[in-house]
Parts: sequence; structure tokens; C-alpha cells
Amino acid sequence: MAKETGIVSWKDLELGISIHKPGSAGELKTGDWRSARAVTDFDKCIKCGRCYIFCPDMVYTQNDKGYYEQNYYYCKGCGICAHECPVDAITMVQEGD
Amino acid sequence: MAKRVGMEVSIAAAEAVGLADVDVIAAYPITPQTHIVEHLSELVASGHLDAEFVPVESEHSAMSTCVGSSAAGARTFTSTSSQGYALMSEICYIAASLRLPIVMVTANRALSAPISIWNDHADLMMARDTGWIQTVAENGQEVVDLIIHAFRVAEDHRVLLPVMVNLDGFILSHMIEPIWMPDEAEVKAYLPPFVPKLRLDPKSPVTIGPVGMPDVYTEAKKVQDEVLKSSRAVIEEAWDDFEAKFGRRYKAVETYKADDAETILITMGSISETAMTAVDAMREQGRKAGLVRIRLFRPFPAQDLFDAVKGAKQLAIVDRVMNLNGICGPVCGEIKSVLFDRQHAPYVQNYIAGLGGRDVTVQNFTEMVDAVEGSAQRGDPMGYEIINLKE
Repeated sequence: MAKETGIVSWKDLELGISIHKPGSAGELKTGDWRSARAVTDFDKCIKCGRCYIFCPDMVYTQNDKGYYEQNYYYCKGCGICAHECPVDAITMVQEGD
Repeated sequence: MAKRVGMEVSIAAAEAVGLADVDVIAAYPITPQTHIVEHLSELVASGHLDAEFVPVESEHSAMSTCVGSSAAGARTFTSTSSQGYALMSEICYIAASLRLPIVMVTANRALSAPISIWNDHADLMMARDTGWIQTVAENGQEVVDLIIHAFRVAEDHRVLLPVMVNLDGFILSHMIEPIWMPDEAEVKAYLPPFVPKLRLDPKSPVTIGPVGMPDVYTEAKKVQDEVLKSSRAVIEEAWDDFEAKFGRRYKAVETYKADDAETILITMGSISETAMTAVDAMREQGRKAGLVRIRLFRPFPAQDLFDAVKGAKQLAIVDRVMNLNGICGPVCGEIKSVLFDRQHAPYVQNYIAGLGGRDVTVQNFTEMVDAVEGSAQRGDPMGYEIINLKE
């Protein structure tokens, strides 16, 4: 599981703000940007995987039963999955509602 | 052994880059920088310089190539002027932020419009906030020396910043001057090989230039500010060693007959030598005029400037660029801030001179001293004035 990023002292930054560990973008909590989250109605879901394919981040992972589940650490609320879902199984739910 | 040669300053600049044994030159020709890169391409083509010359399609590509080659660990050089600088400026910020020790010579030229291929400091000032170290040459010898110095400072692991060496377009770039040209062994003894600290290497992958979220950008800028500030000590150290090895002394701020001066002219670049002649003439008439010349523009030598001018009653600060409808020109603005911060208030007038290749004469400097003394006596409001202007 990715960990949240925090503010690092300017004295501890790498030279030129370079990154020496591959895949560190996985630590970036894009879920912070969200105003609405994607919620799937698994009764409607046909396991086509379009949400997984179109998601611009790393929100969707297929579970043992073949359904695609959200990881809200990454879901930035863009709504692309809800738009692309062929059976309207995904709804964007306002955060705070 | 160093040899005394008569040489066009652009050719001498290219020779100095060759002596620094660069690995990569990526450049696009633009007046008045052309002879510098032409001569470098000749040095490479004839086998005198073992380097890669990348003839790019634009200055934007030139600086982009420099960023890539410097990040790959190559000693990298480019040169430009004016509109070329404007086109590459996007990447210049990146070169500094990524801490890539690229050296660039800027043959200073005015920015359009109207189209002007002639000298002023518009491009130099455009580079002011990019995070590059900026030195300014007064003559051909200084161009050669400051180029060699630039590589040494840029590549020092305590610095790792790009350096821009400024020389006035045509006035210096196309002048044939007597120059002491060091030999390869002397330069080698002064300038160690480039050992990159951060390098693109498939065996040890690194990401250079990633996105910086709001949680890192402020700290990233703070690092740059601190490094630029602390580079001053390395710049001085490199000038000390330069004096020891080559016998020529450089300082961030030079003074000329300024110690007891009541009125001080402040200049930057080739007009400083004209101003010295004017000061000599005024001194012969018994006038207490002096001169302060800025050789290092970034990091800005605030305390040196203050120490150099604090005894004077009047300052006539020359800017070779317009700060359109600002309070004054950029050099004057910096110095006024230095004075204000130290609660010191001499009478200051800003003179805008030498725009787009207009000559600045010995008489002009005498007129500036007359004008600032007259204005101070009358208590005129301080501000800026364009000299040599046809009403």
C-alpha cells in the first residue's frame, strides 16, 4: 500500500529534485483531489473491465470474483469510469454527502 | 605558456571553450553570437576539439539538448543572443532547477521590436530570475577568463548551477583585441574534469525533472535560492585560484577612483571602460567623481556594492535596458533596495543609456555626473532619465 507524501525539509531534498526510486509516483495520494468518488453497483456490473482500462490512475483492481474494486487512495473523482461504464453501474457520489 | 594574441573576441571566446575541452556544444547561430559557434564548429570539424557539435533547429532545442547532454554527464556549452535567448528561456529555468552546470555565452543584444541586432542588456535582464549565475565581461580578456572560470564554478559540487557569461554584442564580440590566451596545460591545471554528481545512467536509473506538487515546489525554490547565495564563496575561491595561476584578479564589484568620490557612476559591461576615461578626465579637473563596475550580477553582490558606494553623496546608475514604466531600470532597482535595506539614502538618479546599439560616449558620462549633481543640489525628485534621446 502506498504511503502518503508529506512536506520534506528543503535541506533534505535530492539534488535537482531528482527521484532515485522507480515507481515512486505510486505514493502520490491523488485521492486528495477528489470532490466525488466512483461507487460501483456490483449487481449491475458485467465485469467488462472498462473502468480499469479507462481509469487514468491506479484506482481499479480485479478481485477474486472478477469484479473491479476501487482504491480511493488514488481516485481523483474525474468520472471517466462512470462515463465509460456500458451498463451505468458506476455512480459519482459527492464527498461529504 | 600563455601567448599574447590579437584576436576577435568571439573567436577568443570559442578558443576558451575549446581549451575547457567541452564534450558537447549545441547551438543555433544568431547575430551577434554567430562567430562564436561558427568557430567552435570549425574546431570540431577540423579535429582540433574532440566534441559533439549538435547543429539544432532552434534555440529552444539548443538548450534542451544542453539539458540532456549535461544530465548525461557531458561538459556542455551553448551561446546565444536576444531573440534566441527569448526562445530558449523556457528551458533555461529548467537547466537551473535541475542543477545542470551548463555554460552559456550571451552576446548581449536588444530585444525586438523594432528588430535590432545591436547591443543592450535586454537578454541579460531577461535571464535575471532564471537561477543562473551571471557574470559580465568588460573586454576580450575578461571574456576568455570568465568562460574558463564559469566551467570551474558551474561544475563544483557545492554549486552545480548553469553559468551565463555576458559580453556586449558587436562592441565586444566583433572587436579585435590583445588577449593573453592560456595554453591547454594551464587550463587543465585550473579546471578539473567534470565529475557529475547526478547522472542519467541506465545502470542506476534516476528521474530528472519530475512533477513537483505544491508540497515540494516551495522547498525546491528555497534550495535554489540558497545554492545561488552560497555559490558566491565558490565564485570567489575560483577567482582567487585564477589569480594564483594566471595572475589576473577578478572581483564581483570593481571600483575605480571611488574611494573618496562624492559622485559615483555605476556601470556594467563594456561601457565601464568608457566611463573610466570619463572619470579620469573629471579627476583632472579636480572633480571628485568615481566609478563602480558590476562584474557579478547573480548572485547579486549586495554588500560589496554597498561598501563601494556608501561614502558617496550622489549615485548615477546606468541601465542598458528599459524597465518600461517601472520605477527605474533593473540595476538601479537592485541598488536602491540595497540602500533602503541598510537605511542609507544618497541621492540616486538612474540613466538609461545605450539601448539597441546607441553609443555611450565619454561625454555622456560627464553629462550624467553634471546632471546628478545638479539634480541633487536642486532637490529634484529621484527617478530615471533616458540619455541621448531626441525629443
